[in-house]
Amino acid sequence: MSADPTQVLAFETDCHIFDGCGFPAPGLHSFLFEPIIGHQDDAIYFNKTMLLALLGSIVVVGFFWAAFRKPKVVPGKLQMVAEAGYDFIRRGIVYETIGKREGEKYVPLIVSLFFFIWMMNLWSIIPVAQFPVTAIIAYPAVLAAIVYILWVSLTFKRHGFVGAFKNFTGYNKELGPVLPLAMLIEFFSNLLVRPFTHAVRLFANMFAGHTLLLLFTIASWYLLNGIGIAYAGVSFIMVIVMTAFELFVQALQAYVFVLLTCTFIQGALAEHH
Amino acid sequence: MSQLLILAAEGEAENPLIPPIPELVIGLLAFVIVFGFLAKKLLPNINKVLEERREAIEGGIEKAEAAQTEAQSVLEQYKAQLAEARHEAARLRQEAQEQGAALIAEMRAEGQRQREEIVAAGHAQIEADRKAAASALRQDVGKLATDLAGKLVGESLEDHARQSRVIDRFLDDLEEKAEATR
Repeated sequence: MSADPTQVLAFETDCHIFDGCGFPAPGLHSFLFEPIIGHQDDAIYFNKTMLLALLGSIVVVGFFWAAFRKPKVVPGKLQMVAEAGYDFIRRGIVYETIGKREGEKYVPLIVSLFFFIWMMNLWSIIPVAQFPVTAIIAYPAVLAAIVYILWVSLTFKRHGFVGAFKNFTGYNKELGPVLPLAMLIEFFSNLLVRPFTHAVRLFANMFAGHTLLLLFTIASWYLLNGIGIAYAGVSFIMVIVMTAFELFVQALQAYVFVLLTCTFIQGALAEHH
Repeated sequence: MSQLLILAAEGEAENPLIPPIPELVIGLLAFVIVFGFLAKKLLPNINKVLEERREAIEGGIEKAEAAQTEAQSVLEQYKAQLAEARHEAARLRQEAQEQGAALIAEMRAEGQRQREEIVAAGHAQIEADRKAAASALRQDVGKLATDLAGKLVGESLEDHARQSRVIDRFLDDLEEKAEATR
């Protein structure tokens, strides 16, 4: 395993400044893991990200299982915390965007999405794991695809074929001669770009966050020689600052993802004028 | 060591935006696990409890309202009773005052009557004493006068009847004189 370059961690290289070796900068290779089972090129394999994804879902289910399995009218501490989270998503996001009457049906989906994404993001700063699952495009892509399918099917169900087409293209007679162009752009933006940006927004944020953390962590180690020690200290402070910042970004990106989901659902349900 | 890293960089020709199928499958599976548990069991559980809590709170509010109205009515009842009691007490006091005044008046009248009785009895006694004293005096004076006259005249006025008449006449004269000088 140690033969695989992707598994070499910065502190394992024992490479420092002034030792005549270059800075082991983080890159795309930092986001690839030698599979635990099988090989990267096989049809079936199992790697660290997959393990973290499954573990994360177990953590989320476990948390809510412990809190809501036998809920009490007078809640305990854990139930109160879980209820606060649940209530935040339900009232703060779903009811606010879709409305209470129509939104109620989508509460489980939105709650699941939020806590799942948050957990996947949180792996980034949990010791030993230290990798955000959502920095691998496959995971945001799956979630964005679920939302996309729901959104498109809801639009067709609510408005019929022609209505859905008008909805997708933002049909508006007042635009006059620019209408075909506007419709083309809207169609392109809604049906093709939207799911892509939805997934990439989450992916890129976590990817960038992880890269920054890696950069400062590796630098802290790399600079740990001679006069570099002072710079290593600064770099280490940045590691702590960035960790705190990531903690914020992780929750924010999960929030943004579900908020956009709610906006899409609301758009599908809204009457088109 | 740095060579390994360079090799690593060369090995990563893959586009990070192209998701590998196994990761997609695991991602879907992981999310379905979360969604399944939450949507089918855990969120309905908590919704039921939240609904129960809402009802319990509303029931509690209703109960509190009922208790409040009851307390209000009891308070009013109590106030009415208190007012009645005060009224009753005032009436009793008034009555007692009246009774007391009547009693005092009665006692005063009784005292007055007794005083008058005593005074009258005293007057009667004095009158009787005076009369007794007067008759006794009259006899003594008569005897003294007779004796004195006998001695002066030198003869005993034996004749009692005559003697008595003379004395009486004398005394009557005296009384008349006393009446006249009064």
